Amino acid sequence: MRKKILTAIDRNSKLTTEELALMLGTTKEEVASLIDEMEKEGIICGYPTLINWDNIENEKVTALIEVKVTPQRGEGFDKVAERIYKFEEVESVYLMSGGYDLTVMIEGKSMKEIAHFVSSKLAPMDRIESTVTHFVLKKYKEHGIPLVDKKKDERMLITP
Amino acid sequence: MRNPLSKVVTEIEPSGIRKFFDIAAEMEDVISLGVGEPDFDTPWHIREEGIYSLEKGKTFYTSNSGLSELKEEISKYLKRRNNLDYDYKSEVLVTVGGSEAIDLALRAMVDPGDEVLVPQPSYVSYVPCVQLAGGKPVIIELEEKDQFKLTREKLEAAITEKTKILILAFPNNPTGAIMDHEDLAKIVDLIIDNDLYVITDEIYSELTFGKQHATIASFPGMKERTILINGFSKAYAMTGWRLGYTVGPKNIISQMTKIHQFAIMCAPTTSQYAAVEALRNGDDDVEFMRNSYDQRRKYIVNRLRNMGLECFEPEGAFYVFPSIKKFGISSEEFATELIKAERVAVVPGTAFGRSGEGFLRISYAYSIDNLKIALERIERFIKTL
Repeated sequence: MRKKILTAIDRNSKLTTEELALMLGTTKEEVASLIDEMEKEGIICGYPTLINWDNIENEKVTALIEVKVTPQRGEGFDKVAERIYKFEEVESVYLMSGGYDLTVMIEGKSMKEIAHFVSSKLAPMDRIESTVTHFVLKKYKEHGIPLVDKKKDERMLITP
Repeated sequence: MRNPLSKVVTEIEPSGIRKFFDIAAEMEDVISLGVGEPDFDTPWHIREEGIYSLEKGKTFYTSNSGLSELKEEISKYLKRRNNLDYDYKSEVLVTVGGSEAIDLALRAMVDPGDEVLVPQPSYVSYVPCVQLAGGKPVIIELEEKDQFKLTREKLEAAITEKTKILILAFPNNPTGAIMDHEDLAKIVDLIIDNDLYVITDEIYSELTFGKQHATIASFPGMKERTILINGFSKAYAMTGWRLGYTVGPKNIISQMTKIHQFAIMCAPTTSQYAAVEALRNGDDDVEFMRNSYDQRRKYIVNRLRNMGLECFEPEGAFYVFPSIKKFGISSEEFATELIKAERVAVVPGTAFGRSGEGFLRISYAYSIDNLKIALERIERFIKTL
């Protein structure tokens, strides 16, 4: 049941406990208590909204930064990652296999703002060997949902 | 001037759905729960395979009975899903949707005067196709008290010396009823003892909820008297591709292929290549869609019951068939008033046969958000009755 709830709200966190209960064939009390448990256990970490910022005036710039790190003895990459993810402008941080160590996704108001963050905060940080910054030009799809071309129901109204 | 039209054709009644479609089409802002096709797009990897076949110039006819590799995949699929054995070289025919297969089967098997048993409520094309084939449709009226299954008693009462064919359509459009293994077991000996043939339309076979789909073809002694029809429309959300198939005894399939060859030539080539991909790599898509339908099914059944509409538990397809008998108006009146008052389109049960009176077919091939709004409107409407 937990997994069923998660699959349902993964795509639509607006579903109410009552609707979930009807869909999954259980009671709203059970849904509410399971969601509560999963929040406490850190399985459900938040309910953000998927926004296509390109469609409103105030523009945002997103960048992906490849970061090479010298790992610390006893701490590995965790300490450095923590120092990075605590910055508010950092959207996500992943530890990677392959040619570099951390992927840092960052959002800013302008390229200038991001450039400033990289040169004054990120690059000079202890243990960071190098950074490569890529700016996102266009977002096509996020969280499994295409951001372009809103789909219309093109089926005929009534068919046998 | 002579009458240009044939008597058989003019005597066929136009579909009851058509009439209702015209009412709905004139209105604006209609929320429809009236369609008989999935809301999902065909999964991209299947579409992509169709596109690839076009790029490679696969734009010619295939052999009459269909691409060999597709027939082979169909045969493997039926083995894997229903434990059925069909020789892909002689017992499989690829058709233009399941609909063509229905027509072919009846035309290949019916002689003038033969009676064909059509349980109703059911899909709109069985009766006209029997008539076009020169047969006599004999309606069996199914009832809610039997969960709209075909019972032994009803079948026995309908059989005469002239009965040749029984049409089975489970999971059922419009009722959502299924017939599981035990239900089918109760009628098999009647079919065999009376030497009947069965045309079983299993287009919704992938959409059963909780229970495994059962097919009459798997019973001992039944394969040789069963024409099984299935297709890609519902399971893989491929309605517009117009692709179905039929399997059965070699002697019948070869005669159906003969008609198909003269009337159609072959099913669309692009669709056939896409369908190969669907059968090879589409199981996860089917599973995903089935789970989505199941959630909507539970949601809509519970909502309808909570608002006071009696609704028997549909175990297959993507329809619910609630009863509106307690309001004392006909299905057609109810549906017409509903669309006028609240702009929600549903289909009166009578579009699927007289025994659909007192019921509505509501499709749940819509997103939960859509269902939510439509159900709020229906709830508001029934409070005014």
